[in-house]
Amino acid sequence: MNLLTVIVILPLVGFLLNGLLGPRLGKPFVSAVGCGLPILAFLAAVRCFLLVQGSGGEQPLVEVAYNWATFGDRSFDIAFYFDRLSAVMTLIVTGVGSLIHVYSTGYMKDDPSYARYFAYLNLFLFFMLLLVLGRSLLVCFVGWEGVGLASYLLIGFWFEDPEKAAAGKKAFITNRVGDAGFLLGLFLIYHTLGTLEMDRINSAFLAPTLPAVSASLVGILLFIGACGKSAQIPLHVWLPDAMAGPTPVSALIHAATMVTAGVYLVARLNGIYQHAPEASHVIAIVGAATAFFAASVAVVQTDIKKVLAYSTLSQLGYMFVALGVGAYGVAVFHLYTHAFFKACLFLGAGSVIHALGGEQDIRKMGGLAKKIPITFVTFAVATAAIAGIPPLAGFFSKDEILWFAFSSATGGSPLLWAIGSITALMTSFYMFRLLWLTFLTPSRMSQEVEHHVHESPLNMSGVLIVLAVLSAVGGFVKIPDFLEHVLPLARAGGELEHFEMPLLVFSVIVALTGLAGAIMVYGKGLAKGEVLAARFQGLHRLLSNKYYVDEIYEACLYRPLHWVSDRIFLGVGDRFLIDGSLNGMAALAQRAAGRLSRVETGSLQFYVLLAVGGAAGCLIWMWRHG
Amino acid sequence: MDKSQLLLWVGIGLFAIGLVGVMIRRNALVMLMCMELMLNGVILSLVTFSQRTATLSGAVLVFLIFVVAAAEIAIAIPIVLLLSRQRRTLDVEAYSSLKG
Repeated sequence: MNLLTVIVILPLVGFLLNGLLGPRLGKPFVSAVGCGLPILAFLAAVRCFLLVQGSGGEQPLVEVAYNWATFGDRSFDIAFYFDRLSAVMTLIVTGVGSLIHVYSTGYMKDDPSYARYFAYLNLFLFFMLLLVLGRSLLVCFVGWEGVGLASYLLIGFWFEDPEKAAAGKKAFITNRVGDAGFLLGLFLIYHTLGTLEMDRINSAFLAPTLPAVSASLVGILLFIGACGKSAQIPLHVWLPDAMAGPTPVSALIHAATMVTAGVYLVARLNGIYQHAPEASHVIAIVGAATAFFAASVAVVQTDIKKVLAYSTLSQLGYMFVALGVGAYGVAVFHLYTHAFFKACLFLGAGSVIHALGGEQDIRKMGGLAKKIPITFVTFAVATAAIAGIPPLAGFFSKDEILWFAFSSATGGSPLLWAIGSITALMTSFYMFRLLWLTFLTPSRMSQEVEHHVHESPLNMSGVLIVLAVLSAVGGFVKIPDFLEHVLPLARAGGELEHFEMPLLVFSVIVALTGLAGAIMVYGKGLAKGEVLAARFQGLHRLLSNKYYVDEIYEACLYRPLHWVSDRIFLGVGDRFLIDGSLNGMAALAQRAAGRLSRVETGSLQFYVLLAVGGAAGCLIWMWRHG
Repeated sequence: MDKSQLLLWVGIGLFAIGLVGVMIRRNALVMLMCMELMLNGVILSLVTFSQRTATLSGAVLVFLIFVVAAAEIAIAIPIVLLLSRQRRTLDVEAYSSLKG
């Protein structure tokens, strides 16, 4: 039985059923299809995982679903490839995906476009599975573009609001920039290697004789693609705006799965990056910059979802740092723990927003711990996990990243570690600030809102509990060791081994310092924070405006492009050249016809005269020319 | 001047009279008759040439032209009739509503 194909096809079936029949067959049908098929896909993925494990775990499952095209002796197959890395990704995508589908049945209960929502969500899962299971980069690229489409559709889900529709467009267009790099990398690989199958690409680069192409060039081109999808500097601007979509969508697409596609791509093609130290350095630097930049912005954000969005950017930056220093398995480890705690945080935020009837500003929250206890406890667990408090999941993965950033023989340096540690401090600070301002400080809600606060129904709170448990215990699974034969780990520089323990202790201290700082400043409410903001006004303004990146892009990219389009392409090209020449031709024909019509005098005799004159002219001409 | 040359001159004369008639007269019926005259001038020259070169195909062509001319006039006369019924006149100047 073609299990892998089944995994991919199930959500597609869900999309078709919900998209075509959903609005007619009602909500129970939509919920059953929308949640049932992803859960079935998850079960199939578990079965595949057991099959791989049963055969020792070394041998991947490979399935050719369809022969797409054949040119001469080269053929493009839609083939699926299931090794341990794909297994981890598939289980995250289908598992967390299913949980979020279930949560959505509560969150979107009263939305008029319920069926459309689930259809899009299933479509997203389909493309995401295509992305992680595809053996060929081509299939992966189809999934890559597809998740971009699904993301666009879901960000702009409430498209009646022009601001939300614009956020969708921004995400789509920013991603195009990255996709251009991805495509160029694809062409380059195909041109030199003649194959796009990822396992063959890796083995070609790991062979004793290197292929005749610069690994760094290929690596950087593909990383540009990863940058777009995973929202790294300078293509990060779309992710905070993407929070315009429904909150479960932010949890699934813009935190747990889709934005990690770039991490997956780089990890999957580690064969290239092992031979591309320059590209790896670029990745590490971009990752560290993004981690630091986003964490500093998150410190001053006041929208609960924006804080989490910048936190996602920052955590993705961590993953890229790990990739850049050659610790591929560690990056996937953080991806895996991040999927749990960030999904839990976003869904918890959704639960808060749901309870408060749409309020997202943390300055107007507070004191929710007693009112919605389940949400509070799960949110607190996930917060502690992301802040790196032991023994929760985030502690293990973040600590490993910091360790490799410090010690890796391929690109590790104390500077990277220092940036990572400062980021960890800020992460801990802004997450506990969020926790305190939302749940623990005295209430700042209006009477009206406070009166309506209610705990979410079981289909939402249950999901929160499951994710909180996973965020708590997820770190005990040693993903890097588990993946070692797929994703080789960087070696630590020899004499650094004895630093491991002090660094570990240090990162715990960092996390606790962040916690203490947050309590000190925000433990009683907003007042102290405002005093600080007033003292460091310039810095505060810089951070609140996200370093003015959007404004810079507008001035440097949007304005010149708009000017060129408006004045040159529209004014000169379209209006003057194209319209002008067409209108000119039409006017010429009209005027010529006006002149010619004077020949039609209405006098038959004149016509005869003309005919005779013409005939005589013809005769004379023929006579003259023999 | 031999006989065939004379006949050719007669044909040319008929054609010229018809042509002038078409060009200067305004009565639609007279114009039609003049057109027949031109046709007859052409037919006469055709017969003359066919006699002179002793080929039969010219004579055959003449019969064909008779048939076609009969058919043509059978359509032209009713058109003129209908026109005159509409405007009560045969003057072609009255029918110039399509002029530019």
